[in-house]
Formats: sequence, structure tokens, C-alpha cells
Amino acid sequence: MTTATAPAAIPVAPLARESGLRVTQVRVLRSEWVKFRSLRSTLWTMGLSVVLMIGLGAMFSAISVNSAEGMDPGNTAISTSLTGTFFAQLAVGVLGALLITGEYTTGMIRASLAVVPKRLPVLWAKLAVLAAVVFATMLVASLVAFELGQAILSSKDLGTSLSDPVAVRSVFGAALYLSAAAVTAAGIGALLRNTAASITTYVAIFFLIPTLVATIIPRSWAAHFAQYLPSNAGTGLIDGTYGLENPLSPWAGFAAMCAFAAAVVAAAAWRLHHTDA
Amino acid sequence: MIEVHNLSKRYGEKLAVDDVSFTVQPGIVTGFLGPNGAGKSTTMRMIAGLDRPTSGEVIVNGQDYRASKAPMAELGVLLEAKAVHTGRSARNHLLALAYTNGVSADRVDDVIDMVGLHDVAAKRAGGFSLGMGQRLGVASALLGRPRTVVLDEPANGLDPEGVMWMREMLKDLAAQGHTVFVSSHLMSEMAQTATRLVVIGRGRLIADTTVAGFVALAGGHTVIVRTSEPARLSALLAGPDITLTPEGSDALIVDGLTTHQIGTAAGAAGIPLFELANQHTSLEEAFMEMTHDAVEYHATADVAVAS
Ligand SMILES: Nc1ncnc2c1ncn2[C@@H]1O[C@H](COP(=O)(O)OP(=O)(O)OP(=O)(O)O)[C@@H](O)[C@H]1O
Ligand SMILES: [Mg+2]
Repeated sequence: MTTATAPAAIPVAPLARESGLRVTQVRVLRSEWVKFRSLRSTLWTMGLSVVLMIGLGAMFSAISVNSAEGMDPGNTAISTSLTGTFFAQLAVGVLGALLITGEYTTGMIRASLAVVPKRLPVLWAKLAVLAAVVFATMLVASLVAFELGQAILSSKDLGTSLSDPVAVRSVFGAALYLSAAAVTAAGIGALLRNTAASITTYVAIFFLIPTLVATIIPRSWAAHFAQYLPSNAGTGLIDGTYGLENPLSPWAGFAAMCAFAAAVVAAAAWRLHHTDA
Repeated sequence: MIEVHNLSKRYGEKLAVDDVSFTVQPGIVTGFLGPNGAGKSTTMRMIAGLDRPTSGEVIVNGQDYRASKAPMAELGVLLEAKAVHTGRSARNHLLALAYTNGVSADRVDDVIDMVGLHDVAAKRAGGFSLGMGQRLGVASALLGRPRTVVLDEPANGLDPEGVMWMREMLKDLAAQGHTVFVSSHLMSEMAQTATRLVVIGRGRLIADTTVAGFVALAGGHTVIVRTSEPARLSALLAGPDITLTPEGSDALIVDGLTTHQIGTAAGAAGIPLFELANQHTSLEEAFMEMTHDAVEYHATADVAVAS
């Protein structure tokens, strides 16, 4: 009797293997750190956010010193020196979005997910590296911006110092705010997978909508929800009132901003896990 | 080993892979052939866990690849489109992939040397030629010394020397006991590399066979015989299951008899022969014959000529 069997060649010697291979979250984190530091675009956007943070803080401090009226209403010595936060959030947003969409547009994501087929560890590692780098860099930048701003403002006795607890909260707050903004942008990037769409959406949420709400929508309506917009909620950590009718308390506001980031990231994680790469 | 069971993949209206089942064995190179749009890349992406099957399943080395604890030790893939961030150097690209599974930097450097990218390892991958990109893709597939290797058109863009290198490398891997699954459009290339063939067309499995079996399946071989008396020879050879096709004024194509049988018969009858030779259907012809009905995009041959 003949049976049709596939002519399977059975190997004689055992295969040479790499030892100790296994995916762990820490290893994926190390991989994402290599990716982060090996791209010129990430270094550029990080550098740009530092320049914006320090440069604009100094510029607005100098303007306040030189204008007859001093600081704009609603601004304080602290918030004036940290004005750069509002501009740096654009740079860290681009950084966060590109960190993810850059992999989709180049096709790199398939290589990344083929070696980590469980997928989610890649997203967690990216967000952790992003948040850590943005926080550490922007904390230094925010401290420099604060000290430089106060030095400039002191020439007219407008300055304050880090002995003020609100100043400490604001300097840390700027770094925390920018980290949460970058993570939100990365979440949007993972959800939309397209650079232009992600940056547009981020800019709409962090600039356009808050500006429209502050300028076009009647204040009586805006009073009900403007404080919950992520940018308005998060900037409460930095001293100043920002024209909100009903601002949240600083830490409640930051919690609201983090909740928004978490919701975006959760949606992104769902998409990453459930759809084709 | 790769086991594909009743695998289907639908993209909207399009059924890209339609109920395909086959097994890829270790120790040999298995070719994966099919015309453009046949579903080769889609099948390979499903093997690598990148696209989710609409139905059916893929088992790699006895388990679901996505559940694997050490994926790079199980499966290495080279994907069709370059899966590399253009802004990163080749070495950093490989390091980033290697670290996820704990592959050492030393192994990364070994693999870089192995694929011949030593001199350009520090250069941005975005500036790589097609062939260098393929070598980088092969390097990433081999980092973890995976038991199974899946390569989508690895010879694409390689120069003749590169093609030769690729062929030897695939055979070496198979000889060491790896499972090697390679796609191509080129039968002739596969004939020199592969032992077995899986052929698909329009998403459906057409053949799962050996290279030799494939030729037999697609038409076998015929004999050409050239003589001064084709009519007499025809009458002499005619019989059941034998096809005789005149070719020009002095030749016959015979299907169903061996050169030995024809020569003996002609000699006994005193018919002079000028030529008597086996005609192997080339792999390319066999392939085209077999996949003809399954070709997605036929070139329109009969273009109307305005008169
Ligand atoms: N992501 C996708 N979305 C929609 N359709 C797709 C997608 N990927 C593949 N297809 C379709 O599925 C079919 C099979 O494509 P696939 O790329 O797998 O073929 P292939 O055999 O690799 O072809 P080629 O030899 O040209 O590389 C094609 O008709 C293609 O258009
Ligand atoms: Mg293909």
C-alpha cells in the first residue's frame, strides 16, 4: 500500500539558537529608547520646545518690564516667565504624534509589531519614553525659563522666587502639562495613524477650540464647559487665571487633562490590538 | 514549521485569500508562487500575526505566533514593503528590533556583516537602494536565529550576485534545519532554490507539490522528433493515449512515448531520424499554464488597431 506523504527532510543537528530570548516590557522600553534617540526629528522637536519655553518666557518678561502698564491682567510674574509653555505644547505635540505616525507612514510599525506580536507593550513603551523624556527636559527648561524671567522682571521689582510654593507648583506644572499634552498627541497619532490628520486634530483640541471658546462663544455658555477642555484644565497648574469663569482647582484640572489623555490612549490601544497593522 | 488551516482574508469586498490550507516543512526551502495580487503577501502578513485572518488559523512551530514568548526565536520575516523608518541608521534600526527580545548588540553586528551591510550600517536607511533595503530586511529576519523564516520576494531588487547570495543563504538555512518559506513571481528562480512549491492564484490554493511534481502536474514532458518522413512516422507511432502534433514540415511533437520507444520503432521501420530529444515544459510555462485562469491582471493583448 502506498501513502502520499510529504517528503519532510528531518534536520540532523539541532538548530543554533540565541539564548535567553524573551519579550519583556523593560526590553521593549529599551528598544523604544533606542528608537527615540536615533531620530533626528525627535531631537529637533525636543530642542525646539526647549528654545520656545526659555526664549518666549524671556521675551514676554522683557515686554512686561518695558511696558508702562506692566503685566497683562490675569498674568503674574510666574505665569509671564512660563509663557513659553503655550508654544512648547505645539512642539511636543508634533513630537508625540510623529513618534507614532512616523512608524505608520514608513512601514516601520510592521517590523516593530512583528517582533512584539502582543503589540500593546510597544505602545506602553513609546508613551513611557515620551512622557519621561518630555518631563525631564521640560522641567529643566521650565526652571531655566522661570529663573531667567524672574531675573528680567526683577529689574523693575516685579519678580518672585522659588520660595513661593505656587512658583514651585507652576515650574513642575509646566513640565507635567507638556508631558500630558505629548502623550495625548501620541494617542491621537496611534488612533489616526496619519501625521497630518493627527497634528491637525491635536492643534484643534489644544489651540483652535479653546481660542474659539474664549472669543466667539458667549461667556455664559462657555462658563459651563470651557474649564474642562484639556488645555484649560491642565494649565491651571501654572499660576494665572486665563479668563475662565469657573476654573477647576489646579490638581483637579490636571486630573481632568490626564483623564482625557487616558481616554484617547485607551481608544488607541483598542485599535492597535484589534485591527490589522 | 508553518501550518495554515482554512485561511481566509477579506478586505471589504475583496476576498484576498480564500480558504487556503498547506504546511511548510522544516529542512527544505518552500517556494510560494502566484501571479500579482494572488494573495502571497497577505498570507505572509497573516503568518506573522500582522493581519488578522477573517477565518482559519496559522500555527507557527506548533503555536499561535501572537502568543509566543520569544517571537524572534520562532519567526523572522522580511515583508514586501520596506518596513524601516527612513530616518534611522541601519544599525540603530536593527538594535531597536533586537532589544525587544533580548538579542545582543554583538549578534546585531554579526548579522550586519553577514548580509554585507558593514560599510553602510551607520547610514540612514532612507538612502538605501532597493537591494540594500532587502539585505537590511533579511538581517532583521535573521536576528533571533528563528526556527522559521518567511521572506516576501527577497530577490526583488538584488543584482545577480545578490540573487546568488540569497539563494545560497536560503539553502544553507534549510540545510541547518530551519523552515524557509519564500515568495516569488519567478518560477525559474524558485526552481533553483526550492524543493517544494505552494502555488496560489486569486487567493485560492492551486498546487502544493514538489518542483518536479509541479511540472508533471502542469503538463509533463514531450518528445520532439525530426525526420524526413513525418507522415510514415506518424502512422507508425499512432496509438491510444498518444498525441502527435506536427511541427513545421519535418518534425513531430510526441506526447506519451519515450525517446527510447520512438527511436527503437523508427529504427525497426528504417525511418531516418535527424533529431530525437526530450522537451521539458519549462517551469515558467508550467506556471503560466497552471495559473492562467487565476491571473488577476491580464495584459490586454488584442488592442484594437484603428484602420
Ligand atoms: N490592506 C489591504 N486592503 C485592501 N485590499 C488589499 C490589502 N492588501 C491586499 N489587498 C488586495 O488583496 C489581494 C492580494 O494582494 P497581495 O498583496 O497579498 O498579493 P500578492 O500575491 O502579494 O501580489 P504581488 O505578487 O503583486 O506582490 C490584491 O487584490 C490586493 O489588492
Ligand atoms: Mg506581494
